[in-house]
Amino acid sequence: MRSNKNKCSVLKKAKKQKYLLLLLLPGLIYYIIFRYVPMYGVLIAFKKYDFRFGIWGSQWVGLKYFQQFIFGPYFWRLIKNTFLLSFYDLIFGFPIPIIFALLLNEIKSKKFKSTVQTVSYLPHFISVVIVVGLLKTMLSPNGGVVNNIIEFFGGQEINFFMEKGWFRNLYVSSGIWQGFGWGSIIYLATMAGINPQLYEAAKMDGAGRFRCMWHVTLPGIKPTIVVLLILRLGRLLSVGFEKVILMYNPKIYETADIISTYVYRYGILKANYSFGTAVGLMNSLIALVLIIVTNKFSRKISDTSLW
Amino acid sequence: MIKDKSFGSKTFDVVNTILMIIILIITLYPLLYVLAISLSSTEYVQANLVTIIPKGFNLQAYHQVFADKYFWVAYKNTILYTVVGTVINLLLTSSFAFCLSRKDLIAKNTITILVIFTMFFSGGLIPNFLLVKNLGIYNSIWAIVLPGAINTYNMIITRTYMQGLPEEIFESVRIDGGNDLQIYSKIVLPLSKPVLATIGLFYAVGHWNAYFYPMIYMKDKVKYPLQVILKDMIVEQDFSGMEEMEALGQIPPTSDMLVGASIIVALIPILCVYPFVQKYFVKGVMIGSLKG
Repeated sequence: MRSNKNKCSVLKKAKKQKYLLLLLLPGLIYYIIFRYVPMYGVLIAFKKYDFRFGIWGSQWVGLKYFQQFIFGPYFWRLIKNTFLLSFYDLIFGFPIPIIFALLLNEIKSKKFKSTVQTVSYLPHFISVVIVVGLLKTMLSPNGGVVNNIIEFFGGQEINFFMEKGWFRNLYVSSGIWQGFGWGSIIYLATMAGINPQLYEAAKMDGAGRFRCMWHVTLPGIKPTIVVLLILRLGRLLSVGFEKVILMYNPKIYETADIISTYVYRYGILKANYSFGTAVGLMNSLIALVLIIVTNKFSRKISDTSLW
Repeated sequence: MIKDKSFGSKTFDVVNTILMIIILIITLYPLLYVLAISLSSTEYVQANLVTIIPKGFNLQAYHQVFADKYFWVAYKNTILYTVVGTVINLLLTSSFAFCLSRKDLIAKNTITILVIFTMFFSGGLIPNFLLVKNLGIYNSIWAIVLPGAINTYNMIITRTYMQGLPEEIFESVRIDGGNDLQIYSKIVLPLSKPVLATIGLFYAVGHWNAYFYPMIYMKDKVKYPLQVILKDMIVEQDFSGMEEMEALGQIPPTSDMLVGASIIVALIPILCVYPFVQKYFVKGVMIGSLKG
């Protein structure tokens, strides 16, 4: 049925596929308008954007806005905060779902196990606004439960949201609270797929519970761990700024302000569109390089890669 | 399985069970605490006597939240944005995924590469913001439902699922004179119910919980969804109608009580559907992860 004779074949094929192409059209238009037009819009990072002239008509300024950012007063602070926040999020947030899955896998009562699972996924479906609301209520300086406990033991009340030393702890720990259960699903599913004979063989050889975990379960989920780790590393620079915006305030910018929140404040709130775009573009470019590098690296050491 | 009844193994079980119970408590406690203070009376909350059981039960905080007219408008808006948004999401995602799942589609590889590229690089916040303004959809529901109409990750999950459908059924439709539109609507959509239910739920939760884009794309307070109103309450502690209560000579609820009550009211829909849809989410993660 295939006609691969001449150059007319593409047209012929298109005619044959006219309904399929009709179905493709809305999605294609979506990708062009909402994904590729903003990429074109990145040009304003190199221009002095003036809405009267549009993107193309505005005047070129070269790398002015990039220089302005790099030599600006906040450059190192923003780089440091962005990296540290995602780095802490990674080293504490990544292993906990694995440990949780390993321990949960050892629970024998099916009912208890599924109860714990169901409850632990729940926070994943709660919005960041509500998570921050819960955090603020629990940690409230006037009568929040945590400060009550601190005072009960004779400590000093802490105004957690106003102290720069607390921001990263709060960000990372609330992230763990929200994500550990959901993050464990994929490991639990992989564990369910491990051949039970392996466990019996290990027990025959005299392995106890911990050795079974160490020598059978952990190697069984290793490929999953590696793939998820690459994904995480690649996203090292894209911290969840939606939560930061809800949690920070000028008093703690020193530890809490990250590149994307800075873009939001200067770019959108103060309408410095070109400057904000330049900063955002640098962030995306570094992120893109990170993904490519980690992917190459992991293909070399573990044969698993994203593409 | 060989039963391991050594002392070490039993101790492990006991410790492990206790650990899991602690995890249950840590997960649920914040929610129960907020529920408790929202249901208590102001005196007890101010005296720091509420921990997990409401003291001096009263619904004052809820009365006040319900009296706020913006709260209800926002609730209605959220429902509207979620429903319209999810329908658009499902239509666009499924039709596009269907086309990409067909082996013989023209320029299939080029399109796929261009689509995957958007997962790794994007214009960023400001070009997107300017696009919404230039399109003239700023401050309207379209600014919320259109820019995220297709989530590439969900689209790929759907495409992978559709690729697994048997080709023979399509052929038989064609022999009966049916075209691709009919294959899509009469065969592929009904057969893809499990994956569509899953991504539909993902999309719906996303719309329900979204605050950032609605916050920057909506100007009028009457168009705000619930999360933006909640954000104003939680971050800016902005409660309208606080004065009315004081005028009535009552002790007004504390801001924590009001935040608590609003949180509970916003959570109720999620808590109601959660037990029923939970298993679909788990399935969705599995579909997505196997061939990621």
